Amino acid sequence: MPVETPLPRSTNLWQANYRSAKAVEIVVQLICGLCAVISVATTVGIIGTLIFETIEFFKEVPLWRFLTDTRWTPLFASKQFGILVLISATLLTSAIAIFVAVPIGLLSAIFLSEYASPAIRKIFKPLLEVLAGIPSVVFGYFALLTVTPFLQKMFDLVRTPIEIPAGLSFLPFTHYYEPDYFLELPFPYLEGFNALSAGLVLGISITPLVASLSEDALYSVPQSLRDGAYALGATKREAITAVVMPAALSGIVASVILAISRAVGETMIVTLAAGQNPTLGFNPFVPVMTMTAYIVQVSLGDTAVGTLSYKTIFAVGMTLFLMTLTLNLFSFWFVRRFRERYE
Amino acid sequence: MTLEGVTNSPQNLPEASHEPQFRPNLQSRYRWEICFKVATIAALTIAIVVLAWLMLDVLINGLGSLNWNFLTSFPSRKPEEAGILAALAGTGWVMLLVAIFSFPIGVGAGLYLEEFSDDTWFARLVEINISNLAGVPAIIYGLLGLTAFVLIAGDWTGGRSILTGALTLTLLTLPIIIVAAREALRAVPNSIRQAGYALGGNRWQIIWSHTLPAAFPGILTGMILALSRAIGETAPLIVIGALTFVPFLPEGPRAPFTVLPIQIYNWVSRPQKEFHDVAAAGIIVLLVVLLMMNSVAILLRNRFQQVR
Repeated sequence: MPVETPLPRSTNLWQANYRSAKAVEIVVQLICGLCAVISVATTVGIIGTLIFETIEFFKEVPLWRFLTDTRWTPLFASKQFGILVLISATLLTSAIAIFVAVPIGLLSAIFLSEYASPAIRKIFKPLLEVLAGIPSVVFGYFALLTVTPFLQKMFDLVRTPIEIPAGLSFLPFTHYYEPDYFLELPFPYLEGFNALSAGLVLGISITPLVASLSEDALYSVPQSLRDGAYALGATKREAITAVVMPAALSGIVASVILAISRAVGETMIVTLAAGQNPTLGFNPFVPVMTMTAYIVQVSLGDTAVGTLSYKTIFAVGMTLFLMTLTLNLFSFWFVRRFRERYE
Repeated sequence: MTLEGVTNSPQNLPEASHEPQFRPNLQSRYRWEICFKVATIAALTIAIVVLAWLMLDVLINGLGSLNWNFLTSFPSRKPEEAGILAALAGTGWVMLLVAIFSFPIGVGAGLYLEEFSDDTWFARLVEINISNLAGVPAIIYGLLGLTAFVLIAGDWTGGRSILTGALTLTLLTLPIIIVAAREALRAVPNSIRQAGYALGGNRWQIIWSHTLPAAFPGILTGMILALSRAIGETAPLIVIGALTFVPFLPEGPRAPFTVLPIQIYNWVSRPQKEFHDVAAAGIIVLLVVLLMMNSVAILLRNRFQQVR
């Protein structure tokens, strides 16, 4: 709406050009709105792409075979499409990762937020943020070439037969070798590619994320709540576990769920260290193939557009997307439901 | 809320009891106290020690292969001749294009959400959408890029090219940049905007002359952090079909390419021990680039905080 200037125009050298200023504003607003539309279009594009190719996939492979087959061999002559095989591997590596990341990350967060002096906190908080930015391919290198050989040595050490006197031969796991008795523990053998070291390193890689976000949540709990707990006679640990952590619960759970969804979608660590061998089951000592590793395997090969194996990566991607979407939606719901607000 | 030893409710005890009903049990509680503190310190130590182990391991294995030759030669079948030049050039190209694409779009969307839009259904949709996008695994963006930029827009982008990779990574980094831009804009005090309105400016004039300059360092910090995430992304670029063996320099944005993390992945996945050391040298280069980007971001942030 143009505003008329109250002064007579002829007496003024400077004239406000309201009309063009307004026009520029409208144009800029439109451009900025378009930028916002791009982010919505990204989501639409992702969902559209996945749905389109997944439908193409299910025209050739019935859904029940996708869900009930027990082998995953889409690149072989006898094709089977048991997505459960890939899901089990993803769940296995993610579960190991969470068992590492949640205790270590949460306890580190508690230390930084509750025990550490401001100076120590000021050093470690940015350090965590930098560590959270280390590329996953670096962790993949670490898992495959450092952690796996290290764990193999440890496993061999446990498995080494121990010489025992003949009188103790009634013990379990003893074998008679010339000329003595040996105690040999039935410990598993760790293969060069395995879910264990991939999961452990995956856990280390998401630990800074859990620690940093949980620390934010714990740190924002007001001091008055801690003081109230102390006034009731609580020790520091009791104040933390009974007052501070419940107050920060929504933030902590959100950080853990974000970490799970990161672990499920993580690609390079599991591709490098967990191997390319689709096996159904939860044995962490043998090579497995996660959903992301399969997508990488197909992408690295020369797969022509429109072939069945090309469509499988979209079906697998759709499964992955649905899993992370469910986790994210649950996280939003949880945060909205359980958030505590303090003035 | 339960406090051990504090809220053992005395109602359950017989009425005539003359024994003290509340037992502070201080000794065991103090013991727990120490155990808990030690556990938290141990957790942080474990995390730091493992990450230090990783760094040391990479340094020890990689420093031997890291020399001028390594930085200036192309990949080779012989590990001692292998270099990282093509990957460095590819990473440089992709990062440059990602910065060019994502900066205006990210700032534009941030401006729209923070300055222009009211609390409409569209603004809320964009907001929910952005937080959802931030949780989508990177490899899914690769599938989107494969369909949208390789198949549909392939004639324009040149197929599996630098441009395709940059566009894919732009979509990946946009949520981060938009969130950073919004935070930077929100941190500009409202008094600055009101002073501008008092001088008779309209909304865009005030954004351009006051709000954006004040928010600029914050936006730039977020931008650098987003780029430092994009520089390490491997999976989406593998999916859109970046090459793993590139013995030439890319001529332009429509040329095939490789990037540092893919080159590292390729070397790690080879069976020969010598290539693993070359991979470690590549990792050192990647981490040095990342460290430089992060320190610039931290410097900017500190400078920004001093000014305000």
